[in-house]
Amino acid sequence: MLRFAARRLLLALAVALTVSAIAFMLLRLSGDLATTLAGQEARAEDVERIRQQFGLDRPLILQYGDWLWRALRGDFGRSLFYPESVGALIRDRLPNTALLASLGLLIALTLSIPLGMAAALWRNSWIDRLALMLAVLGQAMPNFWFALLLVFLFGMTLGWLPISGTESFAHFIMPAMALGWYATPVLMRLTRAGMVDVLAADYVRTAHAKGLPLRVVLIKHALRNAVVPVVALAAVQFGNMLSGSVVIETVFALQGIGYLAWESISRRDFPVVQGILLVVALFYVVLTLLTDLLNAWLDPRIRSR
Amino acid sequence: MSEAPLLELAGLSVDIPTEAGVLHAVRDVSLTVRRGETLCVVGESGCGKSLTSLAIMGLLPPAAQRRARRLALAGEDLLSASPRRLRALRGDRMAMIFQDPMTSLNPAWSVGDQLEEIFIRHGKGNRRAARERAVALLERVGIANAGGRLAQYPHQLSGGLRQRVMIAMALMCSPGLVLADEPTTALDATIQLGILQLLAELQAEMHMGLMLVTHDLGIVARIADRVAVMYAGEVVEEGPARTVFTAPRHPYTRGLIDCIPQPDRMAPGQRLGTIPGMVPSLVGEVQGCAFRTRCAFARPECAATVAPRHGPDDHMWRCVLPPETLDHAA
Repeated sequence: MLRFAARRLLLALAVALTVSAIAFMLLRLSGDLATTLAGQEARAEDVERIRQQFGLDRPLILQYGDWLWRALRGDFGRSLFYPESVGALIRDRLPNTALLASLGLLIALTLSIPLGMAAALWRNSWIDRLALMLAVLGQAMPNFWFALLLVFLFGMTLGWLPISGTESFAHFIMPAMALGWYATPVLMRLTRAGMVDVLAADYVRTAHAKGLPLRVVLIKHALRNAVVPVVALAAVQFGNMLSGSVVIETVFALQGIGYLAWESISRRDFPVVQGILLVVALFYVVLTLLTDLLNAWLDPRIRSR
Repeated sequence: MSEAPLLELAGLSVDIPTEAGVLHAVRDVSLTVRRGETLCVVGESGCGKSLTSLAIMGLLPPAAQRRARRLALAGEDLLSASPRRLRALRGDRMAMIFQDPMTSLNPAWSVGDQLEEIFIRHGKGNRRAARERAVALLERVGIANAGGRLAQYPHQLSGGLRQRVMIAMALMCSPGLVLADEPTTALDATIQLGILQLLAELQAEMHMGLMLVTHDLGIVARIADRVAVMYAGEVVEEGPARTVFTAPRHPYTRGLIDCIPQPDRMAPGQRLGTIPGMVPSLVGEVQGCAFRTRCAFARPECAATVAPRHGPDDHMWRCVLPPETLDHAA
């Protein structure tokens, strides 16, 4: 297991380095940076002055090294629009997105795993049909539409929950429901498919033959094997949520990463976009690493690969 | 001796609905296993022998319908037992060893965990006691470095080792009855004999009732006390092993015995016996003797229902032929 973890960690570091290089290059590829910074009406001398001032005349590899060194210490440069540094902006917005994504994933998993298990256990029963109907509905209904329905019901008609802002925990409930709703169908169908396979497996019959309680057979012997692909998919979805659901954060005016990214792209605030890109990419790298480790713990056969 | 037999099974039928009609996979099967006795159930693939053992354990697939006049373990009726009671009995008082050890162990849990779990769940003792029992049994089934094996996972073991683990697992709670469903079919020919000999030894040592399902009649001759020959979902002949082998009363049994290679009695190059033809379909009503389409002795009466006949020492067969017909030297 330790060797497996070390190998994965090394791989993750390599990916992170590559990603950082791509993030760095993206900005350089989007045109001459000095011209962009100087503005449309700048004279050639001004552009040249800025080029030297920002070190843009140096070899690319040196610029990259410099940039990476600063990025490692959380210094992503300054926003072209906000007075704060990019690092401060991201640090400010990240906890909101993290809370939202965690809640969203929690909701999705608590819905999808029991429902998927029940649907697999009682195939073609009413509960299987209900689960299928929910899945179709969840896939078919755009999540901003579902979010608006939530706002209409819980925010306006019942008045239970605040409809916009980031001030309290209650502000996160509806956006998290909307995110979770969107992630649930695929996770549930995958759980169901995995359980259907596993329930027909010989080792589940062995577990019954051992006279183990049904709960132990279903969870310890069946679910543990069925859940491996679900974990992988849940990690991808968590990554999506963490990279900020622009739509949901916009609907609820939630000050998160997605909202910031969307704002910054429309303002051509490149340093912020770059910073977010890097942070989000690193999330994916870390999540992938954690998923690999979790799956290796769940399924010992993965460890020896 | 008025003690109830370990396993009583009477009038077992297993029906499986298919698109073509109802498949009568097991038809009116009655078997008895006494304490310390080995019953071998033989027959070719698809004759219902595996389904019979699954039906006894209550592990049939949901689509299969089980009916029986009586099914009892040490006198306790299993047909009316609650699911909870059945779970308490399974693994503890009756255990099963499956055909394919490659898929019958859970890939996600260590060998030790899977062995200890059955012991602990049936309230036989704590984890430490379970571990000691597991090590002792692994050693008994011929696994070297038993303590080290506990931490290993099934995919790290060979097929033969896995089947030894399955045997140890079945024995963890010292069950009175062990059902082994073709335990060596999936294994290399070179290790099959070793596993079967081990089973026979353990059966004698622990004075268990063993029901061994197999299609290898050669091994049956060595270890069986009683033999039940199944054909097309039916027991066509049943009795003490010696009687069945020396004086078979059903042409199918005769045919099976003639298929056993006997190196010391046969001339080099002599052909083994074969049974021509195919097993009939069991979909829909099955009338008369199912073997008559392949039987050299078939006669008109075979198309009618054949009543079981009984000979001395609990010998039963379903055939209309006069008993002496098959008494030729093979």
